[in-house]
Amino acid sequence: MPTTRAGRPAGVTGRSGRAIGTAVVAIFVLFFLIPMAWLLLATTKSARGLTVGSPFTPGTLGDLGRNWEQLFAFQDGAVTLWVGNSALYAAGALVITVIASIPAGYAMALTRFRFRRLLLVITLIVMLIPNTALVLPIFLELNSVGLIGSPLSVILPMSFFPFGVYLTYIYFSTSIPRDLLSAARIDGCTELQVFTRVALPLAAPIVALVAFFSFVQSWNNFFLPFVMLPSSDGYPIQVGLTSLLASTPAFNPSSAGSESVQLPTLALATVISVLPVLIVFLFSQRFLVAGMTAGGTKE
Amino acid sequence: MSYAFIALYAVLTVAFGILPALYALYLAFTDAEGGFAGVGNFTKVVGDFRFMPAVGHVALYLAIWLVALVVLVTLLAIVVHAVAVRWVSSTLRLIFYLPGALAGASSVLLWLFVLDPAAGPIGGLLHLLGFDSFVEVIVPANLPPIFAVIAFWTGAGGWIVIMYGALNNISADVIEAARMDGAGRIQIAWRIQLPLLRKWISYMGIMSLAAGTQLFVEPQLLSQASNAIVPNDYSLNQLAYQYAFQQNDFNGAAAISLLLLAIALALSAVFVLRGGLFEKD
Repeated sequence: MPTTRAGRPAGVTGRSGRAIGTAVVAIFVLFFLIPMAWLLLATTKSARGLTVGSPFTPGTLGDLGRNWEQLFAFQDGAVTLWVGNSALYAAGALVITVIASIPAGYAMALTRFRFRRLLLVITLIVMLIPNTALVLPIFLELNSVGLIGSPLSVILPMSFFPFGVYLTYIYFSTSIPRDLLSAARIDGCTELQVFTRVALPLAAPIVALVAFFSFVQSWNNFFLPFVMLPSSDGYPIQVGLTSLLASTPAFNPSSAGSESVQLPTLALATVISVLPVLIVFLFSQRFLVAGMTAGGTKE
Repeated sequence: MSYAFIALYAVLTVAFGILPALYALYLAFTDAEGGFAGVGNFTKVVGDFRFMPAVGHVALYLAIWLVALVVLVTLLAIVVHAVAVRWVSSTLRLIFYLPGALAGASSVLLWLFVLDPAAGPIGGLLHLLGFDSFVEVIVPANLPPIFAVIAFWTGAGGWIVIMYGALNNISADVIEAARMDGAGRIQIAWRIQLPLLRKWISYMGIMSLAAGTQLFVEPQLLSQASNAIVPNDYSLNQLAYQYAFQQNDFNGAAAISLLLLAIALALSAVFVLRGGLFEKD
């Protein structure tokens, strides 16, 4: 880490400070990387190879194939079903979230109406509470109207996404001048046309951002589907992992049987369960970070 | 017309934000027959022999996690920010940030592997520390630090990136002036960068405190993986879940949920209403 600037020689403290800094960074790089690297390697090994070999040697493609077959044969293809469910819930919630959030954020930023401030404060407060805090209350509510177990019991609560509304609100209030909208109104646009013809075409980045965040949050959600969906057929993959875990003799000795899952197979399931989100993370870091900091850029 | 724009969101807000909270409030103060129960449900759950241990578990986990988060995230953000080579800095941030993709059950499963001395990547280290089997690793005394490590591994990167962004906002002139005055790197970090990061650090602390009280998936999976060596009522949210699903006592479950919700709401409201970080208008 070069720290010397403009020809100033680094002092002794500078050099030892740099060494300490490098050591700290190196330790944490290992801490963050080792589990992920190991997980990827584990999917290419046989159950025996995982325990006898060195942890960081790659296995074979053949073993990866066998793990793949075992995983997708589990309970007659339950994993395929779970991944499909995850996709359905995340996509359903994404669509409703975008349809609900974008106009709402727009209206809160650029129009005036009664209860606007109230809605804004509620949005902020709910956005900052952890989403698990409302899971059991929502369960109790939906249980009283008999909605438990249907896909809607996870899709609809996931579609309530105040963070998306807040991001949209910030975007419209900072990057679209009111004059532009006034000009459109003078030209005879109705309020709906102002939104669809002027605001919406400028909002592509924020639609993508809200969609990404909604997808990541829904895909990774565990507690909500765990509580709402009693039947294994309805599990998303995150909850399905618990079934796989329960059938892994290495962790749960009582589960040894015909349907038992080996460690490398469980590792492969873990990788598959995060793959879509991992891809989103890899290719849109800048994007996601912009969203995470959007709330607090104002000094 | 504005009402048409907000209609769907307003309906969702009422249905999945306000109504559940009000319904939980109603349940928490009534009995199974719907009669008024006063604070009966609260005294019942707080008096439950499992309640105080669960509070203790969560508190210990929070203490370890929050201290680690505040100290290490700040340290790492400042160190990574001092890296002058651009691609090194951005690669480091990506490495710290990527585990955030593994949330919930996936990251817990991954750490079950890591903590298994027989198969995991740090088996040698675990043996060295005297742990020869998975069951020995997950004895109750070890759980709060284990959960703290899992939470740190998953969540720290996002905060490091946020802090890094905040450090970028500090004007280069200020840093240069301090350097001219003879301030070293550590003095700059301590006297200039740290005070300017303070509001982000408190934001991180409060959000993490609120999220941490909700502890559920980690002990839940570990309980399953350990054949109930880890009890299934380790955390408060698990206890609420037990009330709802094992005892069919929705009033008790609502009482615990409401206590947890109240903590989260209070922390969030303090932040929003005190203002500063978030733009209300």
